[in-house]
Amino acid sequence: MTQAPAKPAARPLLEVNDLKKHFPIRSGFLSGISGYVYAVDGVSFSINRGETLSLVGESGCGKSTVGRTVLRLIEPTAGQVLLDGERIDDLPARRLRPLRRRMQVVFQDPFSSLNPRLKVRDILAEPITNFGLATSKGELDDRLADLMDKVRLPRDAMNRFPHEFSGGQRQRIGIARALAPGSDLIICDEAVSALDVSVKAQIVNLLSDLQDELGVSLLFISHDLAIVEHITHRVAVMYLGKIVEIADKKTLFAAPKHPYTEALLSAVPVPDPTTKRNRIILKGDVPSPIRPPSGCRFHTRCPHAFDRCKVEEPTLKVVAPGQFAACHLHDPAVQPVARAA
Amino acid sequence: MAERLLEVEDLRTHFRTIDGTVRAVDGVSFHIASGETLAVVGESGCGKSVTSMSILRLIQEPPGKITGSVRFKGRDLLKLSEKEMRDIRGNEISMIFQEPMTSLNPVLTVGRQIGETLKLHQGMDDKAAEARAIEMLELVHIPEARRRVKEYPHQLSGGMRQRVMIAMALACNPQLLIADEPTTALDVTIQAQILELMGELKSKVGAAILLITHDLGVVAEMAERIVVMYAGRKVEEARAADLFGSPRHPYTQGLLGAVPKLGSSLEGRGRTRLSEIPGIVPNLKRPIEGCAFASRCPNVTDLCRKVAPGVELKAPGHFVACHHAPREAIAA
Repeated sequence: MTQAPAKPAARPLLEVNDLKKHFPIRSGFLSGISGYVYAVDGVSFSINRGETLSLVGESGCGKSTVGRTVLRLIEPTAGQVLLDGERIDDLPARRLRPLRRRMQVVFQDPFSSLNPRLKVRDILAEPITNFGLATSKGELDDRLADLMDKVRLPRDAMNRFPHEFSGGQRQRIGIARALAPGSDLIICDEAVSALDVSVKAQIVNLLSDLQDELGVSLLFISHDLAIVEHITHRVAVMYLGKIVEIADKKTLFAAPKHPYTEALLSAVPVPDPTTKRNRIILKGDVPSPIRPPSGCRFHTRCPHAFDRCKVEEPTLKVVAPGQFAACHLHDPAVQPVARAA
Repeated sequence: MAERLLEVEDLRTHFRTIDGTVRAVDGVSFHIASGETLAVVGESGCGKSVTSMSILRLIQEPPGKITGSVRFKGRDLLKLSEKEMRDIRGNEISMIFQEPMTSLNPVLTVGRQIGETLKLHQGMDDKAAEARAIEMLELVHIPEARRRVKEYPHQLSGGMRQRVMIAMALACNPQLLIADEPTTALDVTIQAQILELMGELKSKVGAAILLITHDLGVVAEMAERIVVMYAGRKVEEARAADLFGSPRHPYTQGLLGAVPKLGSSLEGRGRTRLSEIPGIVPNLKRPIEGCAFASRCPNVTDLCRKVAPGVELKAPGHFVACHHAPREAIAA
């Protein structure tokens, strides 16, 4: 059993290569395009089966746009999205449709993402019948009952309408709907952000349990680092349309390498009055994605910025095993300069 | 003990609706000393915002009805006329709201909005009010205050708008500042900026702060004392260190357990589970017999379901409304 041949590296479930989404700005009727919002500007990552990758960042960093572009709820400007090795970013709608069964989404607001006029039964049955996954009424009923069990809701709740449920229960319905067609990848776009603390914990635990049970992959989009830490395997930090750091959870939280990740982590208030931390307060606001800064996009707020950052854009490089950061500070050639600064 | 600036006693704010009376706040008492920061925490619907709005009487009556007493410097605000109340709002007690986007008037310049309270309460003329507005913008660290004072809210970012809100609230040197979720709508790095600003201004201005929030991290950072609310009632009150160090009410314990702490999952292997509070908040339209938390409490007994526990002193400075909370021996 010694020196067993390494298994051929399994193909990731989802691969995203250099994805871009630029939204055109039209300043008036007939006046054509006057500029672009560079919402997502060259993002690459992959997700394995049964793995959770979290995309974190502040409002406007493009994390939700990444999620929507992967699902092709909006069309990408450039780049590739591969599901199980098959390119889906350029598939015509007819051929994409069967693949939609495998990628589902849970939205932030459990109040506006469920049709108020449909009973829970019909909300959950829709994806199943849409993809022709049940051949008889009995089979459909079995699947529905199973879904309700999975998300820990009583089966008889199926005959009620969304308004009869609390926020947390509605989010369970949203999760059941995402699971309904037997999906492989669920994109959770701020799925727990609108919920209260005690309910948030319930939903985060439920998502973890479901992943263990069903082996689904999760793309967990969130701004809440403390929640992310409890649900994820890997984390990608976004700033102004780019991934600035991507690493295993433990590596990233224990030893962040990008100054933005550092600042982001230090800014999270800790519910313990006895800890006094050295907080890194970033100056100013996030610049506009319409005119992103030259060079490194973070240089306008970075406490360590030096001349090179203003002109040359850093690329994601390995900084530690399993950890990539896009920052000139970690270029061995400039390190002494940066230390002196 | 410092002088009590605000004393809220047995505050009840009920709303009459078609299908029953909502007991949004149901017998809450607390006090704030001059210069002190008191946080009221709880989840959505626990009545924390209604409490703050009741203090300033921003509740429409009817359908609302406020009873109890709110003594500010000895005067019961609930007994004042509307005109007397107007002299207090924005002057002696001011408020910062959660949504800097919707709580600023979009068609007036920032300078005019800050100046409005100064002209109204302190009889300043346009020129003096503008000068003071610029001074206030500088106080909250808005760069180029002279230019910004002539700008409209839409020209400012979210963090800047919240700074304007703070400048506006502090313009008349209030003795009490009510901050209702002041950083909830902001990104973490901007939240850090605003929290730092509030900490700095607190020592500079010396106003007492009533902080309303659901974010226990923010509370730990800002508050000296904390009141925890659940379903319209006060369940626990203690100094910040005591509340976080040894919470005595099962709800507070559950809440603190459910909050993920940054870095806490790094010690163990793999993923960690968050502790959850099972069930959901009770419906406030039905009168709650017994303890409001009974349906979700792990230590519930028959007594809890029948008799509502009173708020009792269980340790020095530590009040808890629970039949089963341990009592510490208190030296007489």
